[in-house]
Amino acid sequence: MRKFGLVIGLLMAVSQGLSASYASAATPVEIQKGFEAAARDGTPGFAGFSAQRGEQFFKARHGNDWSCDTCHTANPLARGKHATTGKEIAPLAPLANPQRFTDAAKVDKWFKRNCNDVLNRPCTAREKGDVLEYLISLKQ
Amino acid sequence: MNNASKRMVFDATVWTASVLMTLVLVAHEAMAESKTFAATNPKWKAECGSCHIAYPPQLLPAPAWRRIMSGLDKHFGADASLDAGTAAEIGVFLEQNAASGKRARTGGDTLRITETAWFRREHDEVPAATWKHTGVKTAANCTACHTAAERGDFSERNIRIPR
Repeated sequence: MRKFGLVIGLLMAVSQGLSASYASAATPVEIQKGFEAAARDGTPGFAGFSAQRGEQFFKARHGNDWSCDTCHTANPLARGKHATTGKEIAPLAPLANPQRFTDAAKVDKWFKRNCNDVLNRPCTAREKGDVLEYLISLKQ
Repeated sequence: MNNASKRMVFDATVWTASVLMTLVLVAHEAMAESKTFAATNPKWKAECGSCHIAYPPQLLPAPAWRRIMSGLDKHFGADASLDAGTAAEIGVFLEQNAASGKRARTGGDTLRITETAWFRREHDEVPAATWKHTGVKTAANCTACHTAAERGDFSERNIRIPR
């Protein structure tokens, strides 16, 4: 019985490991591509994502106390800090943190939460794509 | 034995028994209120531990966890919403391991661990200056002093108060 439990446990661990590695299979550019069709639909005369627009969006306040850089700092290559709890946040720019924007579900989860906190509404596909363009463009 | 001495023996027996009972109860309470929490769940650890440490389920009673999990979109001033499946799994884990004993009885209605009666009593010797220390900043920052809090270990021997 114990052996059986062990085997089941091992199988579960292996399958979780596999699904985790599948979930992390995307690249930041692929994740950004996922926003393109909706951005095109939602923006008349859409001419691609813009790092400059993304940076402005990232550093501006949108009606609430917090902007993106409140927690992620004005330099997303650096480590950030949660505004309320003070817990350290790993860098947001993919160059400084290769795990960023490699898991679509995680990206969706955090855009949903953080856009709500910063803007009181969901971000548009163009806003998300612009922020990604900015973060991907950051070099050391 | 006359009545008076019988009475004395009786009184002494009752007194001794009640002292022993009290000692047993106190010891039991002390043992029950462990300060190391082993229960863990990978989703709880990952999700509840991304903006603050994953607070051990044993620190709040089950009804408080239920209310926290049903209001994650407005979680102490931030949106901490989860997909339904993950929220359900974490909810079960929290409730199954929720506070029992003293922490459940003195947890009150608050959803903030730091506002419970037991938390205040446990921390009543901490000077005001310590709470304001740059390395602490908020009472929610357990790891500032409880160096092994990430492992669920809040025991006295792992406390280092920043100076």
